[in-house]
Amino acid sequence: MENLEALKQAALEAVSNAGDLRALDDIRVNQLGKKGELTALLKGLGKLSAEERPAAGASINEAKQVVAQAIEARKAELESAAMASQLASEKIDVTLSGRGSELGSLHPVTKTIRRIEDIFRGAGYTVAQGPEIEDDFHNFEALNIPKHHPARAMHDTFYIDPTHVLRTHTSPVQIREMESGKPPIRAIFPGRVYRCDSDLTHTPMFHQVEGLVVDKGISMADLKGAVSQFLQSFFEADFPVRFRPSYFPFTEPSAEMDIQCTACKGDGCRICKNTGWLEMGGCGMVHPKVFEAVGIDSEEYTGFAFGLGVERLAMMRYGVNDLRMFFENDEQFLQQF
Amino acid sequence: MKFSEAWVREWVNPNIDTEEMVAQLTMAGLEVDSVEPVAGEFSGVIVGEILHTEPHPNADKLKVCKVNTGDEELQIVCGAPNARPGIRVPLAKVGAILPNDFKIKKAKLRDVESFGMLCAREELGVSGDSAGLWELPQDATVGVDLNSYLALDDQIIEVDLTPNRADCLSIRGLAREVATLNEASLTEPEIKEVKTSIDDVLSVELNSVSDCPVYLGRIVKGVDLTAVTPLWMQQRLERSEIGCINPIVDVTNYVLLELGQPMHAFDLACLAGGIQVRRASTGEKLALLDGRTVELNPDVLVIADKEKPVAMAGIMGGEDSSVTGKTQDIFLESAFFNPLSIIGKAREFGLHTDSSHRFERGVDYELQALAIERATQLILEICGGEAGPITDATSAEDVPLNEPVKLRKSRVELMLGAEFSTEQIQRMLDLLGMHILHQEDESWTMVAPSWRFDIAIEADLVEEIARIHGYNNLPERTPAAQLPLANVPENRLSSRTIPDRLVAQGYREVISYSFIDPKVHQACFGNAPFVEVTNPISADMSVMRTSLLPGLLGTVEYNLKRQHPNLALFENGLVFMPTSERVSTEHLAQIHHVAGLLVGAREAESWTNRKDKVDFYDAKRDVELLLGDKQLNDTEFRPCSENSLFHPGQCAAIIQKDKVIGYVGAIHPVVRKKLDIERPVFAFELTLESLVEVSTPSFKPLGKFPEVRRDIALIVDQEVSGQSLIQTAKKTAGETLFDARIFDIYVGQGIDSNKKSVAIGLTFRDYSRTLNDEDVTALVEGILSALATDYGAVQR
Repeated sequence: MENLEALKQAALEAVSNAGDLRALDDIRVNQLGKKGELTALLKGLGKLSAEERPAAGASINEAKQVVAQAIEARKAELESAAMASQLASEKIDVTLSGRGSELGSLHPVTKTIRRIEDIFRGAGYTVAQGPEIEDDFHNFEALNIPKHHPARAMHDTFYIDPTHVLRTHTSPVQIREMESGKPPIRAIFPGRVYRCDSDLTHTPMFHQVEGLVVDKGISMADLKGAVSQFLQSFFEADFPVRFRPSYFPFTEPSAEMDIQCTACKGDGCRICKNTGWLEMGGCGMVHPKVFEAVGIDSEEYTGFAFGLGVERLAMMRYGVNDLRMFFENDEQFLQQF
Repeated sequence: MKFSEAWVREWVNPNIDTEEMVAQLTMAGLEVDSVEPVAGEFSGVIVGEILHTEPHPNADKLKVCKVNTGDEELQIVCGAPNARPGIRVPLAKVGAILPNDFKIKKAKLRDVESFGMLCAREELGVSGDSAGLWELPQDATVGVDLNSYLALDDQIIEVDLTPNRADCLSIRGLAREVATLNEASLTEPEIKEVKTSIDDVLSVELNSVSDCPVYLGRIVKGVDLTAVTPLWMQQRLERSEIGCINPIVDVTNYVLLELGQPMHAFDLACLAGGIQVRRASTGEKLALLDGRTVELNPDVLVIADKEKPVAMAGIMGGEDSSVTGKTQDIFLESAFFNPLSIIGKAREFGLHTDSSHRFERGVDYELQALAIERATQLILEICGGEAGPITDATSAEDVPLNEPVKLRKSRVELMLGAEFSTEQIQRMLDLLGMHILHQEDESWTMVAPSWRFDIAIEADLVEEIARIHGYNNLPERTPAAQLPLANVPENRLSSRTIPDRLVAQGYREVISYSFIDPKVHQACFGNAPFVEVTNPISADMSVMRTSLLPGLLGTVEYNLKRQHPNLALFENGLVFMPTSERVSTEHLAQIHHVAGLLVGAREAESWTNRKDKVDFYDAKRDVELLLGDKQLNDTEFRPCSENSLFHPGQCAAIIQKDKVIGYVGAIHPVVRKKLDIERPVFAFELTLESLVEVSTPSFKPLGKFPEVRRDIALIVDQEVSGQSLIQTAKKTAGETLFDARIFDIYVGQGIDSNKKSVAIGLTFRDYSRTLNDEDVTALVEGILSALATDYGAVQR
């Protein structure tokens, strides 16, 4: 029994010196295993007297427990050191880019149309589309633009044949909407339109959004409210909107809407040609002849319509300074949206 | 239209400045495009006369001039090449201030003293020829202040008039508008009936009264064409951008500007007999004032004498009967032509004149007599001569008089969303010159004045009320409406889903023109039919696209040239398919397509060093992702070697329910070469409709029993498609074959050169029980034997 303390001390020292888990396990087996040194001491108890035995047994078990605890503690130590070293060896450069392909992008015209749609959809407007090759009736006649009307000359129309044109505006979709549905109507019609015109500020194809509201009691006050609210909502700015009398064959009264120049805040600058205002589009109350063409009683119903140029809105919103870029589709341009 | 502000102010002069007047006009619908002062701001400039010039002793290009100021002689050094004795020019005396605050001081130029400056137009801020000194008329009074002599304190205002406001295409009309807006009174110039001194008349016969219901003519004999148009008239014409020609033409142009009545003067000696207003006969020819000879047709209204047409009515006069320096006697015309008879005719002959512009839009039908008196008066004043009586050919019942229109106060209030008093409306109608026929309660029946061609219905009057009241004084209101919920079908994707998926897959959206170059169409699709634009903006934009890919390929070419070698692009829009019978747009197929293409590296260059290029299967994966699992089961990819746009060995027709819905493949190398694209391009195009129609999910119970996987390896001919092996396996084993997929294809050593090895993983599952080994073996045997029968497949 005299060497129990020495054995225990030796075992504890071995444990603290164990460099890895395997060495530690060897120590456990050597000391505490069936053939272990401390276990062997227990087997030697039989040689002692019955009086000595309990005390001696207790001492040996206590020593075994101390050694076992030391082994557990050392094991935890070694495991955590091993994990730390594994983690250290697995360190990577997290600043490198991720693997795989990149996100694409929507064309700024599409982004703008979606924004317009979202604003109007939020107020319960529906969205509809129409054909781009239109017949004379929908593009002109039904919109109160008979043959030889001076307004036709202003449209610079592309013809497919004598009775079909590339639509010069999105207004024909108004007609289609009123032909197929009954009031109340609240809808917008985005899409491509075509004019035979090409220079710095005109492309032969561009986009418009047409809006139409037909119901009982719709007035110019409603038109002014709807259009002003839209423009302020689109630009997220509380600028003044003004309405000027104008002329469109399919509305009466007709108006053009201007917003206060966003560049100079109305003081006058190059962008607004010193007027302090920027033209945003045309609008007006639906002309009784248009209602007549689609079979709506203009005594019972009134309505308003408006038209906006999408590229113009996109240019102002995103600061694009050249209209033609929209259709050149330079990767450097596209990736900005 | 450009006009002199001072001229308008002679007619009506409310107490408002130029800025205010311009703002009023714009807000009344007569949009002002520009305001430009006639001259810069200057003082101390008078009319000077050069008496004598001599070369400068020390400078070749300078002259020393003696200039008469009216009360003294000044020595002035001048560099202008046209400086010569006898001419009258602007003289800025010492102390004068020129535009930009340029002060004139006594100076010494190369040792010669100079007491002032002779001026060019530009130095006074006046537009026009500035090549030398501004040569003033020879009768200019020496010594008078230049500003007052030339009435330079004036602005040129340009209004952009809408087609309905032809009544404002004259000083009279503009003044009327200004008077209305300011409730001011109008001072018309005094126009008296001219005393006739001869009896000569020319007969006028109206052969087409609906085209021309009013025609007034008058002979003036003995006019002096050597007379000079007075300066004030020249200036007013110039400020409206009308050039001076001769005093007679200048007078007719002046009356056109002043009153809005286009007029014409013929050389009486060149007219053979009386005037006829008639339609032209087929093939009749007319030499026009602009030097061209046109062949007329019966749609064209002409002024003719007994023998031949002498003018295209309301559009342009003939060369042969025009007033020239030799003219002695003239025949003046003042007519009303029906807008419907003139409209479009000028354009048909490539013409657009001040006259046609007005007649097309409408000229006051009560103006002709006043205008001819005014013109005669001015001609007699300037050119002398003797006027004959007016020949008045008028068919009163054919004048398109304005019809009565009724206006209800209730309608005004409904349309405008604002309240008005009866008095307010009544006052505005009076200001507009409406002739009220009768009024009852709160409605008025009226006839618009003869100069207004745009008041035909009640809504037109509502607009007038709104205009006078001011659009910006109308209230704003948020439209109120019922809120029915819309039908939202679940088996149709939103129009945004497909573009959004493509964006998530790395594609950038492009928008290209719907019309393409016929050469590009030919390169892509050979002689396939197309719809053509009859009046394209240029020949290379004349074919309506039948596919989105030519536009996308154009974008590829554009970007490859600009150092963007890796591209993933898509477009989403209509294509236009011709049909044999094109009677309405419904018979012309306008189909919504979506197309995409890939060029270059599969992944952006990065540290991972993966440098694989895209290939067919990348494009196909993207199509599969668009279709989604569900639809993919109903879609077949069939090898296709007939599409001229694609590589015959790398193209699949995409088929749903026996219908081709699109293609995926490598762009044909020959096509690429023609389009100048060096890099391989992999592309797809589908109808949007085939992608957005989906089925609403329908739940199936989950499988509770384990799956069993068996792999088989087969040797088959190279020609046998992977899809056909899978289809046969599925058909043979039925629903128990839960999944079958090819996981390896091997060609090369150990395999015959015309064969390939295909490894297929088969996964079986039964919904009602656990499959045992025998079950699975039997199923696999069945599949192997079917594949052997159908494709001669041998197990490897």
